[in-house]
Amino acid sequence: MKIYADNAATTKMSKAAIEAMLPYLETYYGNPSSLYEEGQKAREAVEKARADMAECIGAEPGEIVFTSGGSESDNQAILSAAAIGKKTGKMHIISDTIEHHAVLHTLKKLEKEGFRVTYLPVNENGIVRTEELESAIREDTCLVTIMYANNEIGTVQPVKEIGEICKKHKILFHTDAVQAVGHIPVDVKADHIDLLSASAHKFHGPKGVGFLYARKGIRLSTLIEGGAQERGKRAGTENVPGIVAAAAALKESCGQMSETGERLKLLRDMLIEGLSEIPHSALNGDPEKRLPSNVSFCFEGIEGESLLLLLDDKGVMASSGSACTSGSLDPSHVLLAIGRVHDVAHGSLRLTLGDDATEDEIRYMTVAVKDVVNYLRGFSPVWRDLVNGKTKFIL
Amino acid sequence: MALYSEKVMDHFRNPRNVGVIEDADGVGEVGNAKCGDIMKMYLKIVDDRIEDVKFETFGCGSAIASSSMATELIKGQPVSEAMKLTNQAVAEALDGLPAYKMHCSVLAEEAIKNALEDYYTKNPDKRKEQ
Ligand SMILES: Cc1ncc(COP(=O)(O)O)c(C=O)c1O
Ligand SMILES: [Zn+2]
Repeated sequence: MKIYADNAATTKMSKAAIEAMLPYLETYYGNPSSLYEEGQKAREAVEKARADMAECIGAEPGEIVFTSGGSESDNQAILSAAAIGKKTGKMHIISDTIEHHAVLHTLKKLEKEGFRVTYLPVNENGIVRTEELESAIREDTCLVTIMYANNEIGTVQPVKEIGEICKKHKILFHTDAVQAVGHIPVDVKADHIDLLSASAHKFHGPKGVGFLYARKGIRLSTLIEGGAQERGKRAGTENVPGIVAAAAALKESCGQMSETGERLKLLRDMLIEGLSEIPHSALNGDPEKRLPSNVSFCFEGIEGESLLLLLDDKGVMASSGSACTSGSLDPSHVLLAIGRVHDVAHGSLRLTLGDDATEDEIRYMTVAVKDVVNYLRGFSPVWRDLVNGKTKFIL
Repeated sequence: MALYSEKVMDHFRNPRNVGVIEDADGVGEVGNAKCGDIMKMYLKIVDDRIEDVKFETFGCGSAIASSSMATELIKGQPVSEAMKLTNQAVAEALDGLPAYKMHCSVLAEEAIKNALEDYYTKNPDKRKEQ
């Protein structure tokens, strides 16, 4: 059996997305800025895509800027809000400790330029406490940037409450919704979101395409200078096939969202229940406030990379937050932030289900993970010390 | 391109000399859980030769493969030869390791040297003979 269980890393393009893009590769390959038909058809398609995508998140078409993906959207959103703040001397930003590096590294850059950033801790399930957020707000706070849903542990933040707090204090609110859009309902107006980042390859669209939603009236700074595309907010000839495919993918994902979500939740909880039977293991993230496709665990006494390699041998493609899989010495900052100590964080496993996941696959993965964890514990000196009582179990 | 060579994958999937020697003459443990790799080596030494060697490892694919290869390289060797084992020798025998995984081969070398050190500490007269 071959199971792709790394859908938080990227997804397979949908048939609808591939079919939608083909005419713009083969026939309407003109530059959308050109006046002849091949160009104007491309222009129409881009604007239709913009309207379709806006509708999926409750935005106006004019509030969508196409980008190269989640990372670019995060950079542009945060740098724009910072530039707006700086004009009136507001140079304080609030974020949290489990953001994606696209957010964290942009904030680090701003800190070097004199901005102050408060990184809110999260609770043991990876959720920001809204009271803490509200008390962190200062006179000079210009931006709150908190992700919609976490890519590693699947935790969904209380975005609506955060949006309400920001609105009350008249502070811009950006959310990295890369893992949420197309998977759980997102409504920028109901949630009072000012800026939102999304990426097509996470919802069955192509890689290298994404968008930034910026509420009407928010002045975006440019990252890329050049032509007047995207109303001057993002220069460069539009990735027409990519944009069209992204819109087709999102439309389909949003149309099936509640049905797929309900089905995946059952499968997810079945997998969580199965893996919980492994002694000295723990679910990472919140059992309820979590993405329908995300299962994240820590297993004591083993290391994540060897777990992944052996699961790959069994046909299961997964990921881990262990240091050895990232090439750095530290395990994932997200796992450390929810209180997993190094020893335990190294033994992490993330399985993110595809829309077409089946019960058979869940059963297969449960057995595969149990077997591999048992096997690796069998010659782990860490496990031996735990079992012999030389060291204390943490999980 | 695969992350690891065929040799690394072979030693990772079928590690040689896995286990514990209960009455080992020397035991060495290196690494810590913070960095993510821990290796433990057990040596049985008879007539100044590595009669038997076993290992336990908590770590990534290359850590397990490095431990396995290191045990193969010293098994049956005179203690004086085992003392000369280098991490390069381990990495070369595995047909190379990615640059950021070289520390795994270093750990394997250190684990064996620690175990030999433990043997000498328990048998100080052997050290003099060296
Ligand atoms: C939460 C989150 N933000 C941002 C990104 C970056 O998106 P992209 O790969 O489209 O740049 C990702 C994907 O890795 C993500 O999961
Ligand atoms: Zn390692």
